[in-house]
Amino acid sequence: MIEARITKQIEAGAKSAGFTLDLDFRAEAGITVVFGPDRSGKTLLFDSIAGFARPDAGRIMLDDRILFDAASRVKLSPQQRNCGYVLQRDALFPNMTIRENLLFAADRLPRLERHRKVNETIERFQLGGDSAGQRQSPASERIRCLLARSLMRSPRLLLLDEPVQGLDARSRRDFWPLLRTVAESAGIPILLATNHLEDCFQAGGEVLVIREGRIVQRGRPRDILEQPANVEMARLLGIANVFQGEITALDPGRNTSRVKIQEHELTGTYFPGHLLGDRVWLCAHAKDLRAAGRNGARLENNQIPAKLLHVAELPHSVRLEFSGDICVDMPRSEFERQKDNKEWLVEFPPAALRVLS
Amino acid sequence: MAANWFPLYLSLRVAVVATLLSVACGLWLAWLMTNREFRGKRLLDTVTQLPLLLPPTVLGYYLLVLLGGSSPLGRLYESVCGAPLIFTWHAAVVASMLHALPLLTQSACTAFEGGRAYDKAARSLGASEWRVFWRVTLPVSRRTIGAASLTAFARALGDFGVTLMIAGNLPGKTQTAAVGIYDAVQRGDGRTARFLVLVLSAATFAAAYLTNRIGVRPVAE
Repeated sequence: MIEARITKQIEAGAKSAGFTLDLDFRAEAGITVVFGPDRSGKTLLFDSIAGFARPDAGRIMLDDRILFDAASRVKLSPQQRNCGYVLQRDALFPNMTIRENLLFAADRLPRLERHRKVNETIERFQLGGDSAGQRQSPASERIRCLLARSLMRSPRLLLLDEPVQGLDARSRRDFWPLLRTVAESAGIPILLATNHLEDCFQAGGEVLVIREGRIVQRGRPRDILEQPANVEMARLLGIANVFQGEITALDPGRNTSRVKIQEHELTGTYFPGHLLGDRVWLCAHAKDLRAAGRNGARLENNQIPAKLLHVAELPHSVRLEFSGDICVDMPRSEFERQKDNKEWLVEFPPAALRVLS
Repeated sequence: MAANWFPLYLSLRVAVVATLLSVACGLWLAWLMTNREFRGKRLLDTVTQLPLLLPPTVLGYYLLVLLGGSSPLGRLYESVCGAPLIFTWHAAVVASMLHALPLLTQSACTAFEGGRAYDKAARSLGASEWRVFWRVTLPVSRRTIGAASLTAFARALGDFGVTLMIAGNLPGKTQTAAVGIYDAVQRGDGRTARFLVLVLSAATFAAAYLTNRIGVRPVAE
């Protein structure tokens, strides 16, 4: 188990405004994803845990060992921490073959044991042992080797800093089952940093969402996506529809609420913890809304007339961008049938509207 | 009249020794500046680069004061080696090092910065600092350091101003090729001057060519 309470002031630089890294979390054995945008403090957190950055205050414990404690001035060197660390940048030693990379990591083992372990690892991770580290190996093999190398010392914690960044789709797809197998067999905490939402789902496990150095939400990926903690989270998660509205009716008995958004009254499920007249932020996933041609029809409940401004291609659908900052995802075949519509109606199913705190 | 090979021999000897010493000191300084945080780091960096900017006469004067017979360093050298440093070929080595060292330190710093991720990975694998340096840092930066060493060698081979001030122009003792050219021109000995100029030019060209050959390949290759 890793337990970290870290505070570190980051000075403003050329690329980012300054912020304070202020995190307090605990992660058990298994994969924990640290999700956040670039420059939110993910790498700094990993560097602090691995011993490459010194927090201003706090304490880091790995199982029963203190890795860092500002109060008692304990700071173990990176060599003493026994944390496997796959860096954001591909750091296979370019002057060594894959086998030599693994041998380097297994240096402290007795000679025979070292070679046995390296051979086993090469087989387990399907590595071309004698191919050169950087020049000839494909990206998928390099990431497997980086993972294997970081496990050679039987670390008590594994840190993976955006491990699949820059990999092609197939290599990414192959990486996740391997990581899940490693997580099961190693039985250690694995922290994985990413700025891709998809990686959170692929990795499984709990997600810590960090922004500007602070944990803004934690939970299962599905729960976070379904119920973002606040407006910033909704935007961070890429939820296309985020509106401000006013609550005009609340009926816990019928489990309904009425909310006024852009001069239109919409019905949603009951919003507990809110009062009549509250101004609230709401979000709705583009895939949960429906759009259809108006063709002179009357407005029905939870429908808003909108003007289609732009159509964007998505891998499996199209995104319709309407006036009023409303986005709706629609299957391509359906859009082909409806594309000649002059006027559109966007329907907000009650369950699609979620209130943000 | 037979060519006088001594200035060339001495220049080569001075350049080789100065380059080797500069490589050793430059790598250590570069490692220190890229891997350690300490007070005065920026000052040390600036002082290291000063010899590239200061006029040779100013540098020479500083060295005369610093290493002369009446200075503590000069007396220490004399007590260890039994003779003063100034106006010996050792002084020419010190003069050449002054220009070679900043070139090497600068290049090594850049190379070490570029290979930081590898060092970090090696440390996280439990490797000692010594092992990280010899097995990872140095091999990864070898091309850059090789190219910088050649440039430093070429620079050391042709040092004139500082060498003249602290090693003097003693034929057969401290007269390097660059100083020999100056001396030959002063004496109106065009043949010797041309000979030395041609040999120095060829050696410098070869060093520059090799530097480019090494330098064009990526560091991480």
